[in-house]
Amino acid sequence: MRSYVPNTIEEQNEMLHAIGMENMEELFEALPENVRLKRPLKMPQGLSELELSAYFDSFDVSAGNLPLFRGAGAYRHHIPAVVGAVLSRSEFYTAYTPYQAEMSQGLLQSIFEYQTMICELTGMDASNASVYDGATACAEAMLMLRGATRKSKVLVSAGLHPEYRATLNTYARFAGFELVELPLNELGLTELSSLEQNINDAAGAIIQSPNFFGCVEDLAPAANLLHENKALLVAVVNPISLGILKRPGDAGADIAVGEGQPLGMPLSAGGPYLGFMAAKQKYMRNLPGRIVGQTVDAEGTRAFVLTLQAREQHIRREKAASNICSNQSLCALSAGVYLAAMGPQGLKEVATLCLQKAHYLRDGLLSLKGMSERYPNTPFFNEFVMESQSDTILLNVRLREKGFVGGLPLHRYFPGNGGILYCATEMNSRNEIDAFLNALEVSL
Amino acid sequence: MRSSAPLLFELSKTGRRAADLPPMDVPELDGLLPEELVAKEPLPLPEMSEVELIRHYTRLSRRNFGVDNGSYPLGSCTMKYNPKINEQLPACFNKLHPLLDELDLLPVWELMHALGELLCELCGMDQFTHQPAAGAHGELTGLMLIKAYHDTRLDHERNEILVPDAAHGTNPASAALAGFKTIEVPSTADGDVDIEALKALVGPRTAGLMLTNPSTLGLFERNILEISNIVHDAGGLLYYDGANMNAIMGIARPGDMGFDVVHLNLHKTLSTPHGGGGPGAGSVGVKKELIPYLPAPVILKRHGGPALPDYNRPLSIGRVKAFYGNFSVLVKAYAYVLSLGGAGLKQASENAVLNANYVQHHLKGEFGLANDRVCMHECVLTPGPLLERGIHTTDIAKALIDRGFHPPTIYFPLIVPEAMMFEPTETETRENLDELIAAMLDIAEVSKTDPEALHRAPETTPIGRPDETRAARNPVVRFVAEPKE
Repeated sequence: MRSYVPNTIEEQNEMLHAIGMENMEELFEALPENVRLKRPLKMPQGLSELELSAYFDSFDVSAGNLPLFRGAGAYRHHIPAVVGAVLSRSEFYTAYTPYQAEMSQGLLQSIFEYQTMICELTGMDASNASVYDGATACAEAMLMLRGATRKSKVLVSAGLHPEYRATLNTYARFAGFELVELPLNELGLTELSSLEQNINDAAGAIIQSPNFFGCVEDLAPAANLLHENKALLVAVVNPISLGILKRPGDAGADIAVGEGQPLGMPLSAGGPYLGFMAAKQKYMRNLPGRIVGQTVDAEGTRAFVLTLQAREQHIRREKAASNICSNQSLCALSAGVYLAAMGPQGLKEVATLCLQKAHYLRDGLLSLKGMSERYPNTPFFNEFVMESQSDTILLNVRLREKGFVGGLPLHRYFPGNGGILYCATEMNSRNEIDAFLNALEVSL
Repeated sequence: MRSSAPLLFELSKTGRRAADLPPMDVPELDGLLPEELVAKEPLPLPEMSEVELIRHYTRLSRRNFGVDNGSYPLGSCTMKYNPKINEQLPACFNKLHPLLDELDLLPVWELMHALGELLCELCGMDQFTHQPAAGAHGELTGLMLIKAYHDTRLDHERNEILVPDAAHGTNPASAALAGFKTIEVPSTADGDVDIEALKALVGPRTAGLMLTNPSTLGLFERNILEISNIVHDAGGLLYYDGANMNAIMGIARPGDMGFDVVHLNLHKTLSTPHGGGGPGAGSVGVKKELIPYLPAPVILKRHGGPALPDYNRPLSIGRVKAFYGNFSVLVKAYAYVLSLGGAGLKQASENAVLNANYVQHHLKGEFGLANDRVCMHECVLTPGPLLERGIHTTDIAKALIDRGFHPPTIYFPLIVPEAMMFEPTETETRENLDELIAAMLDIAEVSKTDPEALHRAPETTPIGRPDETRAARNPVVRFVAEPKE
């Protein structure tokens, strides 16, 4: 049994005596007798490091090594070794929120650099230090819409990730928002006429691009329509796609949010990931959570501090813009190192590899019997929906037997929907895609 | 020596890069995206070589202080040592996509379920969800559960959450977001909840009470059972803010005190690293009657079968984030609990409380004490006589930095003017504590002989005290290149 308590029993006793106590029991005298636990916790005996490692080795995690053609909000990308090297610095990972700026300049500067790169990536003026994930970034953006417009009706594209939509529903129910869904048209894109019909009294709209079904939305017409009606556009974007796609800020979005996991974070069964949030200057003070700003010390040395704290819960309490306290600093650090390692050229190359491989996969799938594309006339980035005459669940079972993880059956989120959402990234080599297509052909 | 470090953007050189990629191995097609959707300009990201990138971040790391650098007695944050084996273990799950078929994620469900069972035993609760990503997120989730509970019983009038004046700022903020009105409950001079005031405040509008126990004053709420009866009798529920759970593991359980909902900060109590502000995890536990409202999916074992996610939860509040939670953080917390076992957890709490009392005992002569009682895992001091010499809490904090320590939490709780909240945790040695005490006593001494020196602190850091007013008044929140002359 270990407890990481360094002091020996003798030292503990000496310390007890030093404060005038005989035993540990005396420390807890304030606890009424009837709230005390009078038995040991029912837990297995503590494990040594060796036993612990052996136990974890016993988990069968082999599915993680299979060729993967699934994305849907979490993407397998190459993570440059520099990311892990920087993250392993315990000056970063064993620190807490940089409350004491003088001894936290490293973290503060890394967050300032992250904020700058998120602004550059999204075409925005200000970014916060991050929130929990893409879904909560969406929910926080919804709160921003109310903060900026004092209205509580929010239009949500049906192309938004269903788990983000579910998260929005939860926040909306309790925080008092009215959500109106904007359906997709036959091209798989947000129906603008519906936006127009519902725009009255709306704080803004939340539109994802590429959307959940992979379709790349043209955000500019939606932004124009919203601005004419004094409403805001929240764009939910895949950061890797911005290596080639127009930035949401350039397309007229007021707020850009998204899931930062593709920027150097492993899949890790769903987390921890990174919610990034950026906004145009006008909405900087509506951003929730930590924000790092630049200033100077008394001698004029450049310094970084947590700033604009008047928005936050520890000052404003029940009147705060959000209840969020921490950020995902270490994940933001991953994203910062990733973006700096890739640079503009590297990010463009990753995006191009994703785009081309996804299209190669699509073309291969189309050549198979009974396969068709649901939105054949709509541009896509790294994901697209296919329809098959075979049962989608059964198809994936057969593929899995052959050692492949196929696309995501849309049935998971939309009961009765027979589509499959396929994904390819730079991780899928041509050989792997060809082998997958062969396996699929005999499974159909 | 004061110095700034260059920014990535100042180091950037056109054409440099730190990452390479395999060549395109599929036919490259043109015109896949229409012109109007494609970026016209290259992204203005920095361009760095690998060696310069690593040196940059290594330089930044040396301008930062973590638990591995030294004592970090930041109250209410439980900055205990982060065991190294726990950092290695999540790697085996790194390649698992969250939307793999359920049967390919069996180890994930098994681990989440097993951790939930252990936390139920630790806290005296009936079911845990690991979906909330942090403490404040757990609070929000827990309050939504309370709202859903009352709503299902058509008890729509219950829209008030009682929060003691000593509470964390997230408590009222979370309550507001969950749709509640916050009612503040005063504390007595002794640091307990004012029972008479509480009795006057509860009623048919009471949805619940949020409480940290031990409180943010580092004191155990002695009247907890009476408080719990008062709230329950009024029809409300009790919410336990688990930020201070490190004081009572294996000694007392929130469930046995009458709490209906708890959140645990796994990054505090269960030793997962704070990551410079996150990621953490804010697992939420509930008593039986609240299980139906938990966020879906709930990980369940049925009829002796394997643990699996259950999505069929008609009364669930829904999702509070995508996927299942901060899984890697859960792995580390689980490894910690397995390493310590029940006896180790109790030993950790006992020593956390011993260390805090040791510090309090040796400092209360020279400094002020918010409440002269046996404290739990943290103690709240004030500058006491140092104030008369013009020395404030900030000065003491900054002088501690020069003496090699991370300062305590300062100016919190709000009800104690000039508060300094020390939480040494159980993983500090007696020598560390003696040095911390010596540093504080030295500061007290210097305040008599050379108070100006304390106003100049910190002098050993790369920067002096930053101008925070300027940062807020004229916000510069991103780098903008100077226009070239």
